[in-house]
Amino acid sequence: MDFRFSDEQLNFQSSLRKALEKECTAEAVRAAWETESGRSKQRWAQLAELGVLGLLVPEVHGGLGMSERDVVLVLEELGRAALPEPVLETAAVGAPLLRELGGPLADTWLPKVAGGDAILTVGHPVNPFVADAHVADLLLLPHQDELHAVPREQATLVRQPCSDPSRRLFRVDWTPRAATLAASGEAAQRMLAVALDRAALACAAQQLGVAQQMLDLGVRYACERQQFDRAIGSFQAIKHHLANVAVRIEYARPVVYRAACAVADGVPTRAVDVSHAKVTACDAATCAAKTVHQVHGAMGYTWECDLHIWMKRAWALEVTWGTNAWHRARVAAAVLDGNGPWATFGYSAPGLP
Amino acid sequence: MDLSYTPAQQAFRQEVRSWLQAHVPKIPLASFDTAAGFEAHRAWERTLSTGRWSAVNWPVEYGGRGVNLLEWLIFEEEYYRAGAPGRVNQNGIFLLGPTLMEFGTPEQKARFLPRMACGDDIWAQGWSEPNAGSDMAAIRATARADGDHYVLNGQKTWASRGAFADWLFGIFRTDPNSERHHGLTFILVPLKGPGVTVRPIAQLDGETGFAEVFFDDARVALENRLGPEHKGWKVAMATAGFERGLMLRSPARYQNTARKLVELYRECAATADPCLRDAVTRAWLNAETYTLNTYWTVSRLMAGGSIGAEASLNKIFWSEMDLHMHETALALLGPRAELERGAPDAGNVGDWLDGFLFALAGPIYAGTNEIQRNVISERLLNLPKG
Repeated sequence: MDFRFSDEQLNFQSSLRKALEKECTAEAVRAAWETESGRSKQRWAQLAELGVLGLLVPEVHGGLGMSERDVVLVLEELGRAALPEPVLETAAVGAPLLRELGGPLADTWLPKVAGGDAILTVGHPVNPFVADAHVADLLLLPHQDELHAVPREQATLVRQPCSDPSRRLFRVDWTPRAATLAASGEAAQRMLAVALDRAALACAAQQLGVAQQMLDLGVRYACERQQFDRAIGSFQAIKHHLANVAVRIEYARPVVYRAACAVADGVPTRAVDVSHAKVTACDAATCAAKTVHQVHGAMGYTWECDLHIWMKRAWALEVTWGTNAWHRARVAAAVLDGNGPWATFGYSAPGLP
Repeated sequence: MDLSYTPAQQAFRQEVRSWLQAHVPKIPLASFDTAAGFEAHRAWERTLSTGRWSAVNWPVEYGGRGVNLLEWLIFEEEYYRAGAPGRVNQNGIFLLGPTLMEFGTPEQKARFLPRMACGDDIWAQGWSEPNAGSDMAAIRATARADGDHYVLNGQKTWASRGAFADWLFGIFRTDPNSERHHGLTFILVPLKGPGVTVRPIAQLDGETGFAEVFFDDARVALENRLGPEHKGWKVAMATAGFERGLMLRSPARYQNTARKLVELYRECAATADPCLRDAVTRAWLNAETYTLNTYWTVSRLMAGGSIGAEASLNKIFWSEMDLHMHETALALLGPRAELERGAPDAGNVGDWLDGFLFALAGPIYAGTNEIQRNVISERLLNLPKG
């Protein structure tokens, strides 16, 4: 029983953080808002070089062959930097989905993914829209009980403007064909289910970084901003707000890290563990957004103040890959109506480890 | 990250489970905040100590088993799972015990710890005074050195377990010219001696869980001083850290409450407000969250880390979680929520009302949650002092 990350995992995280502090500043995020695609090819190439895009790609396909345990801290850093590029869709969800599909699809696409030469995106019934379909080379899309791999040229995209100027969401119109069929029946359902869990876990991990960044912004502002001849951070009204955010983040972290283990190991409680992580991390992030916004006063209501970069990301991640209500309902169905309540570590429901 | 147990840890769990199955009283004991219940709980502490289970993480020489924090968590999980009695000596075993091990002389450890482990000495806390609550550094009770004794004067209040306990630990002003947290000394005081008057205080549930304690020239031997003279604040902060931190509130306690809450929900679901389904789900998730955080913290501590102001995060989380769980249970019980356990038509109201009243104290004792938020913001977030 050891909840700690390895030195290698922590070193990877800190080198990524340093790289993103240079390459993905608030100014850089804002600059991407103004471009047609909203995405930076240069940053994508750097992420490939750092190994981020091939983390879950098997070594035989040119990746690092790692697991969700190794990805969770990486995603946290992407949230902290508010990275606009589709690492979640490509590296955290699309790549392992292709790995599971195997065959020519995996052989063709995975080396390109690891090398930064292909972008993936994934559709799912919980999401009415598909993120980053405009830059994706291959779209993995569900249709009834089938999973299809659709080249972008074969789909029509209708963009849906979003609150987060970094978001690129699309309605995807497409026609299933025999040539695009990748899996069907139970196998396809199983793959879509685990894809959802990987994606929800990835949202939760990013939310940790998003929430921490907002808390840091709030603390910095409270130390700088003077009213009544003193820093507003010296007032208990402000302190207690920010302390509440610190509690939320502190308690969300191990929940997300455990969910990463649950997905990596495919344990029977995987779905509930992931929903737990998504709900807890989203609650922490939206609490941080609301609180830090209040701490900033009118300044936080402006476009100019960087805070909204992360506020809007927090709101977006909360409603994608299953809303909090969806995930809580999934927990309730398992725990209240199913074979729960079990208790982590202590004692378990029949049939659970 | 490896979230599995070793075979040795699983065997330890089995050993705890078997012993508890054989020894836990079949009929629940009366509340330890009544005279008879207090003695029944003392007897249970003796039974626990005969199996060396009363202070499992203490060294063997003082009556423990020297287990690590992880095994302590396993013990606690099994303890709550077995429905074993509350720990009447928790002030001693979980708070003063670790403080003695850190600051005590070899003689003090040998004198106090074994008696604590077997329930011979049950301990009360003596921090607050009528004018020193959240502002604990405003303490006025004095201890004046006189030969080989201290002479104690003044008043302590809200002394948990004070009504029936044998001993009290607390801080007293030994330097009459000192102010605030300087010049205080941590002293171990027998409650049954001359010059000490204990006046029990009835709590919200009508029982006397705490007391006022008056000192009128009470003489306490100098050797009962814990840590250096005038440096008691530091010792007290270590004790407070144990109280807010891991040991007093193990996750199994809340996982057990959450399990009962889910069972209550199933009984009441047909008639309960539909929104309570979500509240019950949140409650179960919170207990799991708390558990995960505790294991996470234990991993860091076992690898040589330490816990300081982080204990304040912990205290806020468990106290708010506990209150929310009990509020949810009472909401599920609906119109029967006001019934006491003994009411003729109480049905399944169980201990929820008592538990609710107890949970109400959580955000207040061990330093109010407002004080904890000050600690978090100034010591973890580095916001400027007010």
